[in-house]
Amino acid sequence: MIERSPIFDAISYGVMILGLMLVLLPFWITFVAGSQSIQEVTQVPINLWPSSHLLENLQAAWDRADLGPKMLNSFLVASGVTIGKIVLASLSAFAIVFFNFRARMVCFWLIFMTLMLPLEVRIVPTYAIAANALQPLQVLLDVTGISWLIQTLSGVQVSLEWNLLNSYPGMILPLVATATGTFLYRQFFMTIPDELVEASKMDGSGPLRFFWEVLIPLSRTNMLALATIMFVSSWNQYLWPLLITTDRATYGTVVMQLKALIPDPTGLPDWNVTMAGALIIMLPPLLVVAFMQRWFVRGLISKDK
Amino acid sequence: MSAISLSGVKKRYQKNNVVHGVDVEIEAGEFVVILGPSGCGKSTLLRMIAGLEDITEGEIAIGGKVVNKLEPRERGCAMVFQNYALYPHMSVRQNIGYALKVAGMPRAERDAKVLKVAKSVSLDPYLDRKPGELSGGQRQRVAMARAMVREPKVFLFDEPFSNLDAKLRVAMRAEVRNLHRSLGVTSVFVTHDQTEAMTLADRLIIMNAGVVEQVGKPSEVYHNPASLFVADFIGSPAMNLVRGFFGEDGYFRHGQGGMMHLPGLGQGLVSREVSLGVRPELVQRVAADAKGAMAAVVDYTEELGASRLIYATVDGSRLIAVDTSSDALGTGMPIHLSFAAVDAHVFDHNTGRRVDLGDANSAATRARINA
Repeated sequence: MIERSPIFDAISYGVMILGLMLVLLPFWITFVAGSQSIQEVTQVPINLWPSSHLLENLQAAWDRADLGPKMLNSFLVASGVTIGKIVLASLSAFAIVFFNFRARMVCFWLIFMTLMLPLEVRIVPTYAIAANALQPLQVLLDVTGISWLIQTLSGVQVSLEWNLLNSYPGMILPLVATATGTFLYRQFFMTIPDELVEASKMDGSGPLRFFWEVLIPLSRTNMLALATIMFVSSWNQYLWPLLITTDRATYGTVVMQLKALIPDPTGLPDWNVTMAGALIIMLPPLLVVAFMQRWFVRGLISKDK
Repeated sequence: MSAISLSGVKKRYQKNNVVHGVDVEIEAGEFVVILGPSGCGKSTLLRMIAGLEDITEGEIAIGGKVVNKLEPRERGCAMVFQNYALYPHMSVRQNIGYALKVAGMPRAERDAKVLKVAKSVSLDPYLDRKPGELSGGQRQRVAMARAMVREPKVFLFDEPFSNLDAKLRVAMRAEVRNLHRSLGVTSVFVTHDQTEAMTLADRLIIMNAGVVEQVGKPSEVYHNPASLFVADFIGSPAMNLVRGFFGEDGYFRHGQGGMMHLPGLGQGLVSREVSLGVRPELVQRVAADAKGAMAAVVDYTEELGASRLIYATVDGSRLIAVDTSSDALGTGMPIHLSFAAVDAHVFDHNTGRRVDLGDANSAATRARINA
């Protein structure tokens, strides 16, 4: 639909600017408040113009919330989740699209259905598994009577335990399965012409080689898009890290530390430091998006896609 | 060099029979073209040879070794696909050399081979380009180079030129022909384009609805079609086919009361429902009083440059004749046509198979095949 009239143009610009302001205003307030001194930030009405205390506020927030090690934690967890998601999603989509096994549609729908079950819904069973990752195996052994058999034969009681609480695997693994990613990869893999698969068969390459040398390079732009989304979303995870870590000093992530930055109701209302902390914490995902944007564009304009 | 032998090869998808049992022997070094209309199972047959489709029944042997259970890479075939099927993210060099890389050939040796093959199809200036930066003809050559570089026992072509324009197609045809002449590798080429098939093939396999209708040299297939389908399918314009039967008196009756006098043809065929076939170039315009002249009415003519086609009606049956005269011929004009009985073919209308017509006809056919 192409409309060329000055009034229509003006209205579209008006709507866009309004939307932009709605999105940007909170960020502006965060930035402004983060740059003010405690006197300026507590004055009424609020001043919407930045001041000169940004650096010292950042310093204060960094120290107060112990952001150095927490940043590292967040980075480890977010990268781990992102890499795990990509590996799992691409491999599962590979199996679903390129292999003709009996339960393939069942597998696909099972994966697809988990789209409807976000982490929050299954958080209790997930926690139970994380508390002992070998529990499903244990149950299986118990139900089939194998553990009973072992106990009667050797007198050893079978009790498997692998505790993931307070550990990086615990923070990463339960978040790694992603129906969205699998679906994205599946859609991409379905656009690969059959002849390409057959040509690689004729060239003598096996399935894993085809996956690694043909599919992965071809899906590079998809992968980067997925990585961006996944990195940002796992950086912003709050509930799961909070639940699975009790040792916050060692395993805390920056998003959890936001809580530590909120001023004590009985203490000094230094919201300027809180806001400066928020600025630091949202910077990495912002940078990731800004950096990845270039790849998006490159992927979209590349001819041989 | 290796021969391919197909015996009783069948393909079934669920309950759908696609290929109904094919028995063909392909000689070493031969260029065989499988020709047929779309959906006749020709590509399926080729893909079964390649190992891309399972063989439901029967046996395929390459070089005397049964390959039914072998993976495509173990069969020693290289294939050129219709849509080129080049790896879009690899350069021409990588595309051509990929099979060698998979086979674990060291880089230096591989590059030397790729360069040699690329030179032979004049692709060497483009080695570092991506397929997306090449024209259709160049991509097709990359696909061919990719097949050649492996020095396969068998080349398989799956309608490789159907995405090229007419001129390029002719050029590529010559290139494939030269390639085959210089390499001498057994080749199987699938196409639905009969000009392509006739010009390329040492031998043709004509398929229809999953069945092999005829196997033979292009001239054999053209001059001595084994069935109604082949007669109709091969040749442009198609062979004249007139439906009718031979009466007790030896005359061939057709259309609306039409009678043709074809000495020596009718024996043993009395009242069998048959189709009489004769090539348009063997139908002549003659004077009204000539022997065997049939009165006809011109429906329309098609100018071909060197000659023209006359579409005429003889007693309700359509006959096409090739005419080289420059007489003015308008719709509705009466003319006279005739053809020699020895030039005619007779097909049983119910079985669709050719009926053997005796010595005179076979001799005429043989002379034409050997010409």
